[in-house]
Amino acid sequence: MNSGLPTLTQHRKDDAPPRKTVRSRYLPLAATVSLFIVISVLGSVMYTGFFSPQVFLNLLIDNAFLIVVAVGETFVILSGGIDLSVGSVIALTTMVSAALVEKAGWHPLIVIPLVLAMGTAFGTLMGWLIARFRLQPFIVTLAGMFLARGLCYLISIDSISITDPWYAMVSQIRIPVMSGASLSLGAVIALVVLALAVFVAHYTPFGRTLYAVGGNPHSALLMGLPVNAATIGAYALSGFCSALGGVLFTFYMLSGYGLHAMGLELDAIASVVIGGTLLTGGVGYVIGTLFGVLLLGIIQTLISFDGSLSSWWTKIAVGALLLVFCLSQRAFGERSATKR
Amino acid sequence: MDDTVRRGKLRSMMEHRLGWPIVTLALLLALNAAFNPGFLHVEWRDHHLYGSLIDILNRAAPLAVVALGMTIVIATRGIDISVGAVVAIAGAVAAWAIGGSISGNVTRFALPVVIVAALGVALLCGLWNGLLVARAGMQPIIATLILMVAGRGIAQLITSGQIITIYYSPYFFFGGGYLLGVPVSILIVALVFALLWLAITRTALGLFLQAIGINPTAARVAGVQARRLTLGAYAFSGLCAGVAGILISSNVKSADGNNAGLLLELDAILAVTLGGTALTGGRFTLAGSVIGALIIQTLTYLIYSLGVPPEVNLVVKAIVVFAVMMLQSGEFRATVAKFARRPALADREVRR
Amino acid sequence: MTSPVLELRGIDKRFAGVHALQDVNLTLYPGEVHALMGQNGAGKSTLIKVLTGVVSLDAGEILLDGRAIHPDSPLAAQKLGISTVYQEVNLCPNLSVAENIFAGYFPRRGALAGFRIDWEATNRQARELLGRIGLDIDVTRVLTSYPVAVQQMVAIARALKLSSKVLILDEPTSSLDDDEVRRLFDVLRRLREQGLAILFVTHFLNQVYAISDRITVLRNSRRVGEWRANELGTQALIAAMLGRELAAAQARQPPPDDTEAHATDDALLDAVRLGQKGQLQPLDLRVRAGEVVGVAGLLGSGRTELAKLLFGLEKPDEGELRIDGVPVSFATPAQAIRHGIAFCPEERKADGIVAELSLRENIALALQARMGARRCLTRAEQNALAERFVRALGIKAATLDMPIGLLSGGNQQKALIARWLATEPRLLILDEPTRGIDVAAKQEIMDEILRLASTGMAVLFISSEISEVVRVANRIVVLRDRRKVGELPAGTSEDTVCEMIGAEHG
Repeated sequence: MNSGLPTLTQHRKDDAPPRKTVRSRYLPLAATVSLFIVISVLGSVMYTGFFSPQVFLNLLIDNAFLIVVAVGETFVILSGGIDLSVGSVIALTTMVSAALVEKAGWHPLIVIPLVLAMGTAFGTLMGWLIARFRLQPFIVTLAGMFLARGLCYLISIDSISITDPWYAMVSQIRIPVMSGASLSLGAVIALVVLALAVFVAHYTPFGRTLYAVGGNPHSALLMGLPVNAATIGAYALSGFCSALGGVLFTFYMLSGYGLHAMGLELDAIASVVIGGTLLTGGVGYVIGTLFGVLLLGIIQTLISFDGSLSSWWTKIAVGALLLVFCLSQRAFGERSATKR
Repeated sequence: MDDTVRRGKLRSMMEHRLGWPIVTLALLLALNAAFNPGFLHVEWRDHHLYGSLIDILNRAAPLAVVALGMTIVIATRGIDISVGAVVAIAGAVAAWAIGGSISGNVTRFALPVVIVAALGVALLCGLWNGLLVARAGMQPIIATLILMVAGRGIAQLITSGQIITIYYSPYFFFGGGYLLGVPVSILIVALVFALLWLAITRTALGLFLQAIGINPTAARVAGVQARRLTLGAYAFSGLCAGVAGILISSNVKSADGNNAGLLLELDAILAVTLGGTALTGGRFTLAGSVIGALIIQTLTYLIYSLGVPPEVNLVVKAIVVFAVMMLQSGEFRATVAKFARRPALADREVRR
Repeated sequence: MTSPVLELRGIDKRFAGVHALQDVNLTLYPGEVHALMGQNGAGKSTLIKVLTGVVSLDAGEILLDGRAIHPDSPLAAQKLGISTVYQEVNLCPNLSVAENIFAGYFPRRGALAGFRIDWEATNRQARELLGRIGLDIDVTRVLTSYPVAVQQMVAIARALKLSSKVLILDEPTSSLDDDEVRRLFDVLRRLREQGLAILFVTHFLNQVYAISDRITVLRNSRRVGEWRANELGTQALIAAMLGRELAAAQARQPPPDDTEAHATDDALLDAVRLGQKGQLQPLDLRVRAGEVVGVAGLLGSGRTELAKLLFGLEKPDEGELRIDGVPVSFATPAQAIRHGIAFCPEERKADGIVAELSLRENIALALQARMGARRCLTRAEQNALAERFVRALGIKAATLDMPIGLLSGGNQQKALIARWLATEPRLLILDEPTRGIDVAAKQEIMDEILRLASTGMAVLFISSEISEVVRVANRIVVLRDRRKVGELPAGTSEDTVCEMIGAEHG
């Protein structure tokens, strides 16, 4: 019997749950996309030069790494967990890459697969601890965050600039998309990752198991789904995405530094939530995260275009967005949870 | 209990909830003393106490205060990750209220007003969190995440993005002054601790908070005003963050919207966990959280004195968190017990 | 005569101090619906847990198709062919109907995309499966967009898809209305014709007769008997389920005192057309000081719902509640407590005890909550209070400081009663206070109820044990299907009460 249900609040027979129409499932996503469009239009009206293809493609270019990381975070949150270590893993990835390329002289094409494997292993370890010992994801990934950043500093306190020509060359690759506008390699990679993620989430048993675990882990277990394996997989995937995001970040910053991506996990989580995914898990679309990132990005762009508004308004705007989305998620009668 | 009589005195000491924290702290102090001659030396210099131990107590003060507030919130099965941002906000409000005059004795508002303003804003932040959790029924981590993100922006707004230097010397009293030879910050922590301790033990608050954390439904059926208490817990946490904000900004003589209190919430959660309070709520220990804060500070001191860069602190903290996590995990203990021949320690009385 | 598909022989199971099952036998044949009946605490859920591998048995054996099996988890039981559908549907609320049926067993298509899930096939096959049990719905919609009745069908469809020999339905109809129950039974009949063996756990009398072929009744952890449904009359069934105390035990107890001697004329509590949509039809209830009002009825008859309305845990949609003639409305239990009402809930583990707190603290909790935070009971006062009740109620605990979670069920229950008695309420509502408690403790609690009434306290005593209600009550209110069907005076025989409970089901 489900001992988790408080028995004093049983369901009422007559009050069947409001029949959610197919449309209502997409409502949060629609809200995000609409908001994105509205702000884009606002910006175009208010500022000249806003509505140019390159401005929008720049959103993708500048936020490529965040898109990748947030995609990984989406999987973890869908499964009902959370990953606070993503920013630190990015930093660690940049540091290890920089150290190996600059100090040890290894070729980037060896270093990159290596750091990807490292990130995946890191995530797998955290996932294993969470699944095997039923630890709280919050605290495990918190420790992971400390650990990753600490390891950064163990390698080097100061930043290590990457002067390797290969990196510089790759970071400047531009793939023309339309009428003078182009995308960076990183942005293309981000879009590819996104497409793959959508596939995994909707067409693979692994992805569906994650949704099931996020919806009701107890039921998922009783239904015979591989809950533990899926949980570990989600964190491994997040670790991989963090490392990949770190690689993209390395192209972006061309340096390895322990202070890179501070607070990025919050941006990732905010993107996921604003993209329509419930923090309690089980509900949401990976594509929503893309729009979450884009929305955050366009607010930032708008503020910098304005010039008069200070950039910290972005933080307040993000907080306000989070508030609105979370409150409306609650208002739509989602299950409440006592877990953190 | 019969068991206690049979076991050795050492064992029964370890079973006390504060056993492990105190031992850990003692160990760290011993290590420090081993590596730093004169570590344990406290003397009277320039009309006040002076020494490494005093240093540690002083630096641990803001963390200890925040940890106390965090303990109460965690006891109700909640969490508050916005305290770092509130610290920044409080410091910013104080700096703003003092004004930018370079003269060391000019302030825009009288000092009491400055303090009240900073604490008042911090209290409002806490109330905000409490409303989201108790009224809107949001998950604590989300509710406080919002303020954590937006709060830094608010702090920056108040300081106009600058790091405001504070020149008004009477303000430095809180973070860097001495009263009767003892650093004021330590006295403030002691005061907060004393007030909280009195509130918890002399009233039924301790009982109610634990009941809410252990079984919210049963507490409600028994007539405990769960909503009001939860609101109060978050308000108190905000207030503590405000106090810490004053201590920090007064100590570094500036208000930095970006960096003040950075990662402080994580340290506070760590301190509470180290002190023996479980993250799942229920039974809590105030003294444990203070000891936890001291452990973290002593550890930092040890690493620093060994010449290791302070950033490495993070790795050590991570290992400590892992260790504490594992020890608190029932699953882990069960696995260990399976390997061990003798029956596992009956830590029913120590933890849950 | 076909051979049984499932046989349980001599099943015995103990939990810390409680003998949950004693030498229980059960036989299930293919192509039949077999009802398992009994009140709460009789052992039904433990038997199901043993069958589905959730708990291990201490003695006895389980034979499936003649072969002994030892399921050690629900998954293992399912692989052997025993599927269970619970009252709270154990599916994922956020997934679609088709996905819930096929989770873990999706049809795939291979080639370039690398064995991706074939949603088209999934949806199609789901529709077919549901069609086989007579359900025609949009399988792409999320599970929770359908009422519980449909969700149960989905759960049944999944269970069947995993090719079952035995289908266990655990209290499936508690959240269904009459139409939905009819539809469910149509499905069950269809499945029965296909040769499935169905074990149907329930406490609803009319449903039992509508669908089952045979009935097994459990009471107090033993099997009372097994009958063909058409050979067992309603009264006999009720008698088997509810049982009676030995005549000797009854004779031992003094009959309840005359109402007049202890009750004043004014009503302490007056519920006028009090009701809550979907939970309780409007009813009238009057309780006077010094009275013990028994509330009798089967599970699901609305007894707990009534208690919750009186105590402020739920808000009534209609009617009025009056205390001492003054209309009141309770938004929280704290308000009800201030008016002198106390409520000891049925689920002591979930809603009653605060497990890690000590016995002493648990007893003092409600009183302290009413006093507020500032006026704090000292340790000495708490001790005195706790000791008083430990003695009065005979609570067996090593010390007052031990966590209440370690006490036995009976002692926990007594401690909870002590908690409420400490508030010196004017009206004490007890919801199944003797459930899962040993016989001696039961007697003690009932003696205490009588004693309390003699001091002027009003008691609302909700119980499934008719014998208990008859023993202590001055008046008996009978509920059935969430409405009040009548009131009986003191001295009523158990038969009469049973009749009123079961009337119209004969």
